[in-house]
Amino acid sequence: MTSDDFLNDRRDGGTFPLAKAVTAETVIAVDGVRRSYKDGFEAVSGVSFSVARGELFALLGTNGAGKTSTVELLEGLALPTSGTIKVLGHDPYRERAAVRPRTGVMLQEGGFPSDLTVLETARMWSACTTGARPAGEALEMVGLTSRAKVRVKQLSGGEKRRLDLALALTSRPEVLFLDEPTTGLDAEGRRDTWDLIRALRESGTTVLLTTHYLEEAESLADRLAIMHQGQIVTAGTTAEVTAAHPARIRFTLPGGVPAAHIPLSLQAGADGQRVEIRTSTLQESLHELLGWARESGVELLGLDARSASLEEAFLQIANTQLRSRADDPRRVGPRHGSADGSTPNETKKVTA
Amino acid sequence: MTTPTTLADGRTAPERSLSPAPSGWSASLRRLNALARAELILLIRNRSAIFVALVLPIVMIFSIRASLEQIDLAGTGLSVAGAALTGGIGIVLVQVVYMNLVTGYVTRREELVLKRLRTGEVTDREILISTALPSVALAVLQSVLLVVAGAIAFDLSAPKRPDLFLLGLLVGFVMMSALAAATSAVTRTVQTSQLTTLPLFFVSLFASGIFVPLDVFPDKLAAVFELLPLTGVMTLVRHGWLGGVEGGDLVTAVVAALAWTAFAVFAVRRWFRWDPRG
Repeated sequence: MTSDDFLNDRRDGGTFPLAKAVTAETVIAVDGVRRSYKDGFEAVSGVSFSVARGELFALLGTNGAGKTSTVELLEGLALPTSGTIKVLGHDPYRERAAVRPRTGVMLQEGGFPSDLTVLETARMWSACTTGARPAGEALEMVGLTSRAKVRVKQLSGGEKRRLDLALALTSRPEVLFLDEPTTGLDAEGRRDTWDLIRALRESGTTVLLTTHYLEEAESLADRLAIMHQGQIVTAGTTAEVTAAHPARIRFTLPGGVPAAHIPLSLQAGADGQRVEIRTSTLQESLHELLGWARESGVELLGLDARSASLEEAFLQIANTQLRSRADDPRRVGPRHGSADGSTPNETKKVTA
Repeated sequence: MTTPTTLADGRTAPERSLSPAPSGWSASLRRLNALARAELILLIRNRSAIFVALVLPIVMIFSIRASLEQIDLAGTGLSVAGAALTGGIGIVLVQVVYMNLVTGYVTRREELVLKRLRTGEVTDREILISTALPSVALAVLQSVLLVVAGAIAFDLSAPKRPDLFLLGLLVGFVMMSALAAATSAVTRTVQTSQLTTLPLFFVSLFASGIFVPLDVFPDKLAAVFELLPLTGVMTLVRHGWLGGVEGGDLVTAVVAALAWTAFAVFAVRRWFRWDPRG
């Protein structure tokens, strides 16, 4: 039995509406949201985005970027300091009773009483849920059936993640929040979870997931946003996000060949003999570079050319964090530049 | 990872949003029942907690007896056995319900169990109540044991005013659970709960009539002590069990007990922390 069978099941039953009619509906709407903790640290500094029904939206970011702080607000665990959030048309915190039966939540770190068995935990959750999947079925979906009688405290980290996922699926959610669903899973477990998430998405479930695995976002997400210091720095489809960031060429010049000899049109940046070129036209730039190297008889050491990729885009953003950490505006109490009228979800140009 | 064939549930999203969730009480009871079952399983598996909860009050009753023998009870109308056993119920309320539960709420919070439960349909109130159930169940069991022990071993009668006795117990359970939840808000770790529970522990033991009947104190002091959280509950329990009720004292007791309960509930709603970070 594969995930495809699961999809077919849903299709045969005709239980999910036509994709066209559905994509127009906004299921998650986040507008100008900020979240400060008691100690004054602002973890989310004005975030806006929306997710349509049936869409899989990924929030990417380095540790501490504000992903979990954002998702917790969507899950209705806390109120934002300012801004509005609607999930399925309701405030997930104030109108909890209207939202919860239709959502499923997997926290980044979920807690379960350690002395209950897996099955007892799933049963408890199932009995607390409207129109729930039977506990056994939820466990089967995540491949935990054989561990049903094991106490939670004896589970491995990966198994705990899968139990958490089983509970998130118990409500047959329309909207599923997954906070780093595959952290701690081995390669096989990760692939299984991906298959399951894809299957859920295919069946019409709206999924919002956070991850710091680029591969995960790239292979699963319809759209993604990269968070950085509490703000969304870049958002769009994978193609859109990568297109905004140039490709790069790196190499080391042999001693005696100054970087200044490289043709100006290549706009090379040099650190001693190490050279980096950023370009939006990789093939042309490479052609020019190699032509110059051949004519000048220069050997380019450790030549490495990379086309624009999500990883490159992400690393450029992560690098800026390292450089500006000391003056992270969130660490000095209330932000000064917050009221300057700039839209929070504005795509910023990030220079590495 | 296999996916079962029985996944399709025949419900579409729009359909579901039209049909209202099963309303109010029945759904709430169903959830409480599910949580209570899980709590019961956990309680049965935690043998050491049961042992401590059952043995400690017995030890305490003997120390109450020892301290009572130093005091002239002639003016109080209480026998040593009567004072010790009703004091035992006070001990149960403070130790088994209050102190146990502070640890319970803090543990569940720090292990993120409370946070996880809050992501589902269970309401905050249901989470707090279900967490309190095992401790309250133990306390009920011990109260019954004390009454039975009083009848068999100490020649005490069954409670003379069972209505007052039960009212005292009920208010005591609710107040102690709520005060425990409120105390957990100022308790960072399980270890510090041994510290944060001490004020109420000592105040109740020595000034709420558990160790020493209030009649022993000077009138003015006793009048102040009557306003302490557990004093009203102790008055109800003691008079409910042993008799000798006076109308005025009783009203003061009920009002004080209910006022503290209301304050505790308010404090929980206002300050309870669900998340270690929150």
